[in-house]
Amino acid sequence: MLWNTLLLALREIRRNVMRSFLTVLGIVIGVASVITMVTLGNGATQHVTTQIASMGSNLLIVTPGRRMGPGQQGMAAAFKSEDAQAIAREIGSVSAVAPASTGAATAIFGNENWSTSITGTTSEFVALRNMSLESGRNFTTSEAHAGAAVCILGQTVREKLFGSQDPIGQRIRLGSLSFQVIGLLEGKGQSMGQDQDDLVIVPLRTFQRRISGNQDVRLIQVSVRDGASTEKAQQDIRLLLRDRRRLAVGEEDNFQVMDTKEISTMLTGTTQVLTGLLGAVAAVSLVVGGIGIMNIMLVSVTERTREIGTRLAIGALEREVLLQFLVEAVALSSLGGLFGILLGLGASFGLKSVLRIPFVFDPGIAVIAFLFSAAVGVVFGYFPALKAARLDPIEALRHE
Amino acid sequence: MVASSQTSGTPLIELRDVTKVYGEGQAAMQALAGIDLRIEQGDFVAIMGHSGSGKSTCLNILGCLDSPTGGSYCFQGVEVGQLTRDQRARLRRYYLGFVFQGYNLLKRTSAIENVELPLIYRGVPARERHQIARRTLAAVGLEGWESHSPSELSGGQQQRVAIARAIVADPSVLMADEPTGNLDTARSEEIMDLLCRLNREGGITIVMVTHEADMAEYAKRIVHFRDGRIESDEQNGRTN
Ligand SMILES: Nc1ncnc2c1ncn2[C@@H]1O[C@H](COP(=O)(O)OP(=O)(O)OP(=O)(O)O)[C@@H](O)[C@H]1O
Ligand SMILES: [Mg+2]
Repeated sequence: MLWNTLLLALREIRRNVMRSFLTVLGIVIGVASVITMVTLGNGATQHVTTQIASMGSNLLIVTPGRRMGPGQQGMAAAFKSEDAQAIAREIGSVSAVAPASTGAATAIFGNENWSTSITGTTSEFVALRNMSLESGRNFTTSEAHAGAAVCILGQTVREKLFGSQDPIGQRIRLGSLSFQVIGLLEGKGQSMGQDQDDLVIVPLRTFQRRISGNQDVRLIQVSVRDGASTEKAQQDIRLLLRDRRRLAVGEEDNFQVMDTKEISTMLTGTTQVLTGLLGAVAAVSLVVGGIGIMNIMLVSVTERTREIGTRLAIGALEREVLLQFLVEAVALSSLGGLFGILLGLGASFGLKSVLRIPFVFDPGIAVIAFLFSAAVGVVFGYFPALKAARLDPIEALRHE
Repeated sequence: MVASSQTSGTPLIELRDVTKVYGEGQAAMQALAGIDLRIEQGDFVAIMGHSGSGKSTCLNILGCLDSPTGGSYCFQGVEVGQLTRDQRARLRRYYLGFVFQGYNLLKRTSAIENVELPLIYRGVPARERHQIARRTLAAVGLEGWESHSPSELSGGQQQRVAIARAIVADPSVLMADEPTGNLDTARSEEIMDLLCRLNREGGITIVMVTHEADMAEYAKRIVHFRDGRIESDEQNGRTN
């Protein structure tokens, strides 16, 4: 009986393909966005996690600003170069420290120009960031001290300015100043829609004097000596900086010292909040889709009043008619759900190459989305089905 | 009025003082004004009367599609008015076959699927259902028209599909509202022969509404309606 009912429902849906499709469009969109969001969110999370794990577990990142929530920071005074020097000098378990500040500038070589980001930092930066030089060399200590006009290029900048030419030894302009290219970084590719090779590295002092015009340091990267406790180092840096920033006892930190685990939590926290938000939007669209189904089912019941009357007259029980219409609504919404899942997977598969994140298929969420869309059919199909089942046979037969 | 059958236990169908009023107050319309009717198992009753005399109303009540305003209707001794909605649906499913005045075939559904419908609700397996429906369609002369939908059939063909659907599940009683209303004489006679055969060989009790005296002649008993009452109720002399 149930099998027959299902066949009947599918036939009814097929009979009006266009209308059925438009009816379930809301569900299709809802489910597709849930699937896309969750799949991309999972991909992004996995990507961030693996990328940060590759930075090594002994990396600490120190940033100014109070921790407020996932991805949020309050404003606070920047660090100075002296802060980084103090960390290197006073904390024994630290092996390397790289202060960094970032700004934007246009790089010009000959007739070519390219807007890129400029990072002012020390020679430790390259190694700390897991980058390496393809050719040329890093800054020398004296260049760093003197604030020499030298720079290291990322692959994208080289390609835009020099094409296939060798950039080493050439002079490029960054803003108003001429720089000598001394090194070329190895390519790292894209990550989450960001080109990691689109950068120019200059000595921190040069950056502060010639580009930003202030002494601020926005970020200090610290690598902890192998075998030393990261937590201990974290705590030591914290106490040192509290002292240097003259925070009174009981006053909250106006900076953060994060280890890689915390960084990945912070970054994935952002994607999770986003996923949750979009999930809520998708849920609303599922409800709207459900109302669409209810609407069409009510129309269908009215249109098919005589058919229902005939079925009742032939001996269909109330619950058989109820089941027929309920199965039809559920079949509609589940088909919509199925379609949405496929669409969502297709969309995330397409987007993953644009965003350069892995494709992480979560069968659990697909099952949940499917069940949810079926449930939408039950909930919103019930009322129209009940209306059909409660019809008086003779009244229904007389209906024009 | 003439009492039709010999009183041997409970009759198959018994109407006692059945009335039916449509509407309320000023607009009230008395379609049936006290009908007493007993029909025994195996009978073949033709109901005749002018248009608006209450024939269809009475047949709808007999078919458990409509409920009377007053009086009682017993089917095999069971008071139909006291049955639940589902019990009445089961009564229709297992005992009654109904040919509607306007056929009421399902649109965009093939002839054979229309005929299979009562078998579906009886839970007959698909293969068997198909065979029976095919055989029944052949019996009403529609061999080869199985896959046509009602819109592709003539009025007479639709009427025959409706008859096939009513008899496909071997009901104990067949109610037919003008089953030959749209057929030419030759076709009508074929249908009446079919009904007689069902009545004689299948033992199916038949209650048929008709305008045409020729068709009523096939019945064993003719009941005349006038203004919601039974005017006459006679055994038919002719033994088909
Ligand atoms: N649903 C209804 N609402 C109001 N009045 C009705 C309804 N159905 C029938 N009637 C009235 O009841 C009376 C009997 O109708 P019924 O359909 O039983 O006549 P009939 O004998 O079958 O006529 P015909 O030969 O034309 O089919 C008619 O006067 C009709 O107007
Ligand atoms: Mg009538």
